[in-house]
Amino acid sequence: MEGSNIIFSDKPVSISYDGTWYGLLSAVFDAYARKWDVTGFFVTGRENQSDFFTEKVVVTADETKAERVWQGLKKKVPKENCIQLYRCYLSEIPGIELSIFSCIKFYFSGFDSPHLAYGNPDVLKINQTSKMVYREKHRMEAFVRFQRTADDLYYSGIEPDFNVIPLLIKHFEDRYADQTWLIYDIRRKYGIYYDQEKVEEITLNFSTDAGSQTSVKDVFHDSETLYQELWQNYFKNVNIPSRRNIKLHLQHVPKRYWKHLIEKK
Amino acid sequence: MSERLHEKLQILADAAKYDVSCSSSGSKRTNHNKGLGDATGSGICHTYTEDGRCVSLLKILLTNHCIFDCAYCVTRKSNDIKRAAFTVQEVVDLTMNFYRRNYIEGLFLSSGIFKNADYTMERLVSVAKKLRTENKFNGYIHLKTIPGASDELMHEAGLYADRLSVNIEIPTESGLKLLAPDKNINDMIDPMNYLKKEIIKTTEESKIFKSAPLFAPAGQSTQMIIGASGESDKDIMHTANKFYKGFNLKRVYYSGYVPISNDNRLPGLGSAVPVLRENRLYQTDWLMRFYGFQVQELLNDQFPNLDPEIDPKLSWALRNMNFFPVDINTADLQLILRVPGIGVQSAKKIVGARRFNRLGWDHLKKIGIAVNRAKYFITCNSPVTDRKDYTEAKIRQFILNESRSKFLSNGGQQYNLFG
Repeated sequence: MEGSNIIFSDKPVSISYDGTWYGLLSAVFDAYARKWDVTGFFVTGRENQSDFFTEKVVVTADETKAERVWQGLKKKVPKENCIQLYRCYLSEIPGIELSIFSCIKFYFSGFDSPHLAYGNPDVLKINQTSKMVYREKHRMEAFVRFQRTADDLYYSGIEPDFNVIPLLIKHFEDRYADQTWLIYDIRRKYGIYYDQEKVEEITLNFSTDAGSQTSVKDVFHDSETLYQELWQNYFKNVNIPSRRNIKLHLQHVPKRYWKHLIEKK
Repeated sequence: MSERLHEKLQILADAAKYDVSCSSSGSKRTNHNKGLGDATGSGICHTYTEDGRCVSLLKILLTNHCIFDCAYCVTRKSNDIKRAAFTVQEVVDLTMNFYRRNYIEGLFLSSGIFKNADYTMERLVSVAKKLRTENKFNGYIHLKTIPGASDELMHEAGLYADRLSVNIEIPTESGLKLLAPDKNINDMIDPMNYLKKEIIKTTEESKIFKSAPLFAPAGQSTQMIIGASGESDKDIMHTANKFYKGFNLKRVYYSGYVPISNDNRLPGLGSAVPVLRENRLYQTDWLMRFYGFQVQELLNDQFPNLDPEIDPKLSWALRNMNFFPVDINTADLQLILRVPGIGVQSAKKIVGARRFNRLGWDHLKKIGIAVNRAKYFITCNSPVTDRKDYTEAKIRQFILNESRSKFLSNGGQQYNLFG
């Protein structure tokens, strides 16, 4: 099971991994087993300048190792706290891997119910970051706006702050079981497609001239405009002008989401 | 065709918007038949209106024709407004198409009373039935129960809807007599009682038979209009308490009266909507439901109205300084919940975290409590800095100086209403 570049290092170690969740968990496995003094994680190919005082180690993703870490975690803390770590990974916040690693180390350190140690900075950091990602996931569950195309696909483009698409699959699969749909992260250039059987991850190649020949009318289903207008009409009429509170409105529906919201167009 | 539909939607959404319930949570309905929708788990607010209220359901009236003449209601018989009515199929189509586009969590259908209670209720039920059976719709359905409708119809409604509600609207019987002369309090209470019994019965059954049909799995709720009949906060919250305790209601909603006429029995056009008072009532409601407060502790003959300047929890604390200081590192959860500036989540975190190390101000700040309030009421592992023997009035003044209420800063005229 020894990887090619596993070393025992007495220097601080900076870990290069493939950027995947399994890769990160494999790195945690190696670092824990070898008792490395980890100072940082980098996605292979995206390293910062090398540093003379740290050893750079490349770790390869290994499903068995990753699975062992995951199963081990589940014995130490409730499932929700395991998922919190995954959510933090999806935040893509620079440096978050080190917090994930430190937190996992603490969870394995032998305390009873270590996930309740909100006085521990790593535990707190994981809790808070996870909450931010969860909020973004919840926002997407709310703000996805499907548009029905002429060939009966319900399409929605999104631009979430964090990489929450993997967290959306179950929700939309359970809910829209009898329609074909596609949710696409425009910024990260991938999406999830459901064909009424299963959900698949896909990437699209938008050809640049496709838009010029086909008009919007051809792309969308006959009823699409009607329902968009009815929705805008409804949105306008449920408002109570004498209770107007724009500050609260903006707090709940921040401007950066408006361009994909039919009712705010 | 679509123009008429637009007009109906405009009229019937506008008339339904004074019902503030937007909840779409608490149901157990799964997408079991590979149909459309799933109503398990917590609800989702799909958007918010410019007044900051959540939009989670398509909230409409089936019709605004009404034989009743309740003074506080836009739809009242004597009001000269445009009337409209959806067909059953129109409501079904709107719900399905909005839901498929992820605009909504489901349907909240209410209605003016046309012909009689049963006739109206039957129509509401037929919409829900059609959605559930013909369209395999598993999203959330909230039906208004019409006062005086028969038990058979109520039963059928419970089979198709996730939540049922009847709005009491006016918290006192005398107010109801004055403002809604056609309404009879028992016509509203009876259906609540019937539903309560049915819900308990089906819950018992489902413990024995896994396949027992769902019956209004998200329970029942009601609404009271605030500031229309000169009632006190005590009147409102003691009535709410009866509903929670006596009828197992999931929620009671409080809706600040929006003036709609110059009827001299009511606040006239141009009077401010009592949003601050509404907010204080919701805070009280939360304290009763999640913080272990008894309604008598918060509102009683000596204190029949809430303090507009400070929230009800702080208000209670200042009246009961003998409870404090609470030691964060040893006190029971129930006591920590009573500290101003500490919410339910933070209280639980404190109880979890203090097993690892004794907590000081820094920990408490990071956990997320409002130290600027809590500091007068707690001791922790850090040296005492702020808890000298301040008087109640002094603490109140300190806290008020530090935090100007968001309502007071822009609504001075509102404050005057409470004197």
